[in-house]
Amino acid sequence: MFLKEKIDTVYRSRLLISNLVSRDLKARYRGSTLGFLWSFLNPLLLMLVYTLAFGVILKPRFPIPHMETASGYSLFLFSGLLSWIWFSTSILECSSVLSTQGSLIKKVFFPVEILPITTVTTNFINFLLGLPILILFFLILGQPLTPFVLLIFPVMIVQFLFTLGLGFFAAALTVHFKDIGNIIANLMTLWFFATPVIYPFEFGPILSTPWIRTLLLLNPMTHIIEAYQFCFFFGSLLHYKKLLVTLVVSLLVFLGGYYFFDRVKDTFPEQV
Amino acid sequence: MTREEKALSLSHVVKAYRKYANQHRFLTLKSAFLNGALFREFQPEEVYLAVDDVSLEVEKGKTIGIIGENGSGKSTLMKMMAGIARPNRGTIDVNGRVSALIELGAGFHPEISGRENVYINGIILGLTKKEISARFDEIVRFAELEDFIDQPVKTYSSGMFMRLGFSVAINVNPDILLVDEVLSVGDASFVPKCLDKINEFKRLGKTIVFVSHDLETVTRICDEAVWMRKGHIVMKGYPKQIVDAYLQDVSEREEKKQRLRRQEIEEKIEEKASSPEQEEGERHRWGDMSVEILRVTLRDGKGNEKFIFHPEDSLTVEMEILAREEKEDFGFGIAVINGAGVTTYGTNTFLEEMKPLLLPAGNHKVSLTLPSVPLINGFYFIDAAVHSRDGAPYDYHHLLHQFRVDSLHKDVGHVRLDHSWSFGDGLRFKPQG
Repeated sequence: MFLKEKIDTVYRSRLLISNLVSRDLKARYRGSTLGFLWSFLNPLLLMLVYTLAFGVILKPRFPIPHMETASGYSLFLFSGLLSWIWFSTSILECSSVLSTQGSLIKKVFFPVEILPITTVTTNFINFLLGLPILILFFLILGQPLTPFVLLIFPVMIVQFLFTLGLGFFAAALTVHFKDIGNIIANLMTLWFFATPVIYPFEFGPILSTPWIRTLLLLNPMTHIIEAYQFCFFFGSLLHYKKLLVTLVVSLLVFLGGYYFFDRVKDTFPEQV
Repeated sequence: MTREEKALSLSHVVKAYRKYANQHRFLTLKSAFLNGALFREFQPEEVYLAVDDVSLEVEKGKTIGIIGENGSGKSTLMKMMAGIARPNRGTIDVNGRVSALIELGAGFHPEISGRENVYINGIILGLTKKEISARFDEIVRFAELEDFIDQPVKTYSSGMFMRLGFSVAINVNPDILLVDEVLSVGDASFVPKCLDKINEFKRLGKTIVFVSHDLETVTRICDEAVWMRKGHIVMKGYPKQIVDAYLQDVSEREEKKQRLRRQEIEEKIEEKASSPEQEEGERHRWGDMSVEILRVTLRDGKGNEKFIFHPEDSLTVEMEILAREEKEDFGFGIAVINGAGVTTYGTNTFLEEMKPLLLPAGNHKVSLTLPSVPLINGFYFIDAAVHSRDGAPYDYHHLLHQFRVDSLHKDVGHVRLDHSWSFGDGLRFKPQG
């Protein structure tokens, strides 16, 4: 019942969502000289920074083929980084979107859930825009892609659900507790290092420390990021059982987040 | 009356806001859920009823105006009609498409062009892309932004921003239009244009709910007025009657305030009378006090003491005086001084060629009556004096007595001169109302 009604609302608002997404994408780099190029440049530059820091300066010995060289490491990093940017930026933006778009909530009759949906979708599109760069990098650095790359589609669905569900929580909670915004910002940094983006999951210290291993296994983003790494970097079949479990968890997070958001949304106009 | 003929029907609508918006509000809200409806009875001091048990029906095609002081619940009521806020209790039935002019240009993004914003805003307000395209030129023309529509909205002046917002909202083509005070921000040429558009809506048989402090507009364009105070409907009915009742009420409360002020003044006068030397510094009262003005009272035509006068009222300035000794050289003077300190009018018995014969010792009353008060809106002071022929005051009250003129006229200047307009043949004005 709840779900059907909500799907109807969102479906009716599809025109609004698509227009808000394109507005946000247009407005994001409007006014800067390089404009839309920043959508490509930002992840690229971030990847170079991490490659320099972790691939060249720290130079850990990852016991994994193709990762010994800086270029190999950068491809590994890039495979998970885009997805991480999509996730973390979405959550951060969700935690502030209700207050930055306060006039919509307070002054116009407006299905509020559209704001987190728009935020996650906008960042999803940004993620998609980064994929050609990623593929280009694989071609330039001479590492072949395999047909397993097509498996990113189910992975994206899992990530979308998980991100949006968490986004609903972040948005609704920040309205009532402004501190949540700051907490989330710091939590995201911690979460980044607790997710195998800059290091592979199959890494000595992780495998040998049981509690870290358990923690990582409980982190849904671990499995999502790892799935992307399988699709791109390792070019082999992802752990579909792990992904299936993550899908179920994501679905629960999504439903819980949406339900929670819906329960408290009547209080937004007076709180924002 | 069948249900279909109602555009809006509100039944026992209650909207409560929590008084203290603090960090723990959410927790208390949660406990509110747990304790159920009892919560409100238990801690009524925590809740502020913005709208308290309001029932109202608006027939299709009618224009109603909601008036009332700030904080009377008008805007909250309107937000609930628009669906933005949900009532805590009661029901609201809306019959038709609503467009609310509550905040213009809500959702405008400063970085993108006016054109793109028109589309987004239109979609937010419930139009389809096709509908917006069809009305786009009309929207831009009405907003008078043909030359700027492709500029980013951040470069717009606030007037341009508002015009574009109004233009989009009005082109939503609603069945019910809610207008909340937005017209007050427009410039002199745009407001009449908006009012024209609203009148056009009226002619098209649309329902309009209009919240405004502009009482003149309410009486002019509304079929019915609703007066709200502290979340309740005080009265509803024929606009002129409601507006008058509202103004009367405002006046009465203002009178009360003035009466308090007056008490303070009287205390001050007494203080000064008991020690005449001290007052030099303040210069509100001077004279040798051989004849003393004990009290100055302003009365209306019925003899009631008043502080607020309409231009058509009569005003009597009544002085109670005490002559400590018999006088043969005496005169009385009155001046009306406006808020800017300009003497709007002044006269005295000498100026009017009245020759004094005798003022016996003892108490007397002296009154000056103005059959009307042809002044413009504002606060005025009365100066009252008893003095000798050469002007030496026995007692002079300067800026001690105050009254207010409450006029529906909007003319400017110091006084309202009697006048009438006449026009040559062929020259025509729109009939008023």
